[in-house]
Amino acid sequence: MMVAMTDQVSGIEGRGRYRALVLRRLLLIFCLLGALFASVAVDMALGPANYPLADVLTALSRPETVSDQLRVVIWDIRMPIALMAVTVGASLSVAGAQMQTILANPLASPFTLGISAAASFGAALGLVAGIAIFPVAVSYMVPINAFLMAMLAALFIHFASTMRGVTVETIVLLGIALVFTFNAALSLLEYLASEQALAAVVFWTMGSLTKATWPKVWITGAVLLFAVPLFARHAWALTALRLGDDKAASFGINVRRLRLEAMMTVSLLAAIPVSFVGTIGFVGLVGPHIARMLVGEDQRFFLPASVLCGALLLSVTSVVSKMLIPGAVLPIGVITALVGVPFFFVLIFTNRRRAW
Amino acid sequence: MVSLTLEKVGANYGRRTVLSDVNTGLLRGGGLTAVIGPNAAGKSTLFKRIAGLTSGPGTVHLSDAAKGPEGICYMPQDTGANAVLTVYESVLLSAKQGSGWKVKDGELAEIDRVLGELRIADLAFRDLGELSGGQRQLVSIAQALVRRPEVLLMDEPTSALDLFRQIEVLGFMKRLSAQSGMAVLIALHDLNHALRYCDDTIVISGGSVAASGRTHEVITADMLRSVYRVEARVEACSMGRPVVIVDGSL
Ligand SMILES: Nc1ncnc2c1ncn2[C@@H]1O[C@H](COP(=O)(O)OP(=O)(O)OP(=O)(O)O)[C@@H](O)[C@H]1O
Ligand SMILES: [Mg+2]
Repeated sequence: MMVAMTDQVSGIEGRGRYRALVLRRLLLIFCLLGALFASVAVDMALGPANYPLADVLTALSRPETVSDQLRVVIWDIRMPIALMAVTVGASLSVAGAQMQTILANPLASPFTLGISAAASFGAALGLVAGIAIFPVAVSYMVPINAFLMAMLAALFIHFASTMRGVTVETIVLLGIALVFTFNAALSLLEYLASEQALAAVVFWTMGSLTKATWPKVWITGAVLLFAVPLFARHAWALTALRLGDDKAASFGINVRRLRLEAMMTVSLLAAIPVSFVGTIGFVGLVGPHIARMLVGEDQRFFLPASVLCGALLLSVTSVVSKMLIPGAVLPIGVITALVGVPFFFVLIFTNRRRAW
Repeated sequence: MVSLTLEKVGANYGRRTVLSDVNTGLLRGGGLTAVIGPNAAGKSTLFKRIAGLTSGPGTVHLSDAAKGPEGICYMPQDTGANAVLTVYESVLLSAKQGSGWKVKDGELAEIDRVLGELRIADLAFRDLGELSGGQRQLVSIAQALVRRPEVLLMDEPTSALDLFRQIEVLGFMKRLSAQSGMAVLIALHDLNHALRYCDDTIVISGGSVAASGRTHEVITADMLRSVYRVEARVEACSMGRPVVIVDGSL
């Protein structure tokens, strides 16, 4: 293989430029990480009582040296919420990123495939009718309902996609059909609900971090820690999917199996956070797009960048939701879009690369 | 040198059989073999079947292949892709499948070399989505070559290239296969290219082999009439090489 078509072009330039490109991406990822830490710290400093950032950092690094009150507020009340923003944002963003990858569709997200809508319907079943789909722990009835419905929707999509003749375009269509179905069912429940139950449903569907507890943080974190390495192992193959099925297959990838495996993981990744915090649609759609614009689609960079963009987006939103109206914490699902959209627009209009 | 024999090879999509009973003699490495035939004859399907990407009856015998079936590389016909990747990354992607995250200097040097050979080093850091059709086709060839295949199945690799690039790529592939012993099958629609660059030719028509053998014995006025439904002559040009001259359709 040593014959050149004519004159051989010197190889040094491409190699050097590629190394520089990789370095720039790593730097970007570290910047995102730094911004995330800063945002989480600020998030913990803000609340009904605002603490100086220095006190928060002391409470984090040497909890035994600060007052009991500060320690309890930081560790038991604010930290679960701040970290919930991080894990939920990261999970939804990665889920969206991989849905977009395996379905080759820029509109794919936990929202688009009906997973969020199914979860809302499940939650409403519990809140309005008091129906527990899986009657075990009453205090967890709403999230368990939401999770079971979300998984049901995900499994439906999963089995539909194994059927012959169902293309990726059809899967997206099926997902959107699910959104409409569950939204209709939800509206019906809302119509029949008492005023009190209606308020609860509306609040739930807006999405909120205020009910975060340490166990919920652990569960979402654990699912994330399970899913991300799984995707990382298939980084090259997942990237290759974006060149089209034929091309990926010609690289020796079992496209069908990869797609199914990724779809299963994505379902879990999307269903868990949605069932704990309600509908936060925007992160799953836009987090990956921001990541893609920053580092491209090589999954070795795209995957960590998606994690960080999603986490950062939700964490910053959590900060903003406390600052907008002093003393009130606005539902985060409402604020995400308000915070994220302007930033997203700026990126789209100033980006020199194509976004998709 | 690697060689390939097809025995009663067929292929089906679902219940529909699109290829049946394809037998060939020994397809030897070190030269180009043209696979020609009308649209929808089954050329792409044959390639996918050989590469193991579709199922079907029959056997593909491979001998003297160090990598085994892994060494068979199919270069698809359509190369439209809108991934946010540079040309360089997309070629690296092909080389790195199945290996770890770390990229060694040697692997990058290999990519630089292949891009240089195909004379697309200047495209290395352009995004895939902003390439012209022909440029995409060259990138696709680069992606195939970095895999260092022993059997390369190229599905219409020159269909979007300008005249200069067409003869450059075909000439390059001919030299490459002669030097490395790689077996190269090329699906082509330009019969003059087949006559000029390919030692052997397989004609696929309606899902089976209509003719096969040495190219100048296979591409004849009779074959063109029965398979392609065109009235044509195969005559020696002033340089003595056979060329196809088309007079009209039947
Ligand atoms: N994925 C598929 N599912 C069902 N049928 C298919 C599929 N791909 C190809 N076919 C059918 O198989 C037959 C052979 O197609 P193939 O793509 O192999 O033709 P071809 O010889 O490569 O044609 P062309 O010169 O147009 O590229 C055609 O009738 C086509 O409709
Ligand atoms: Mg074809």
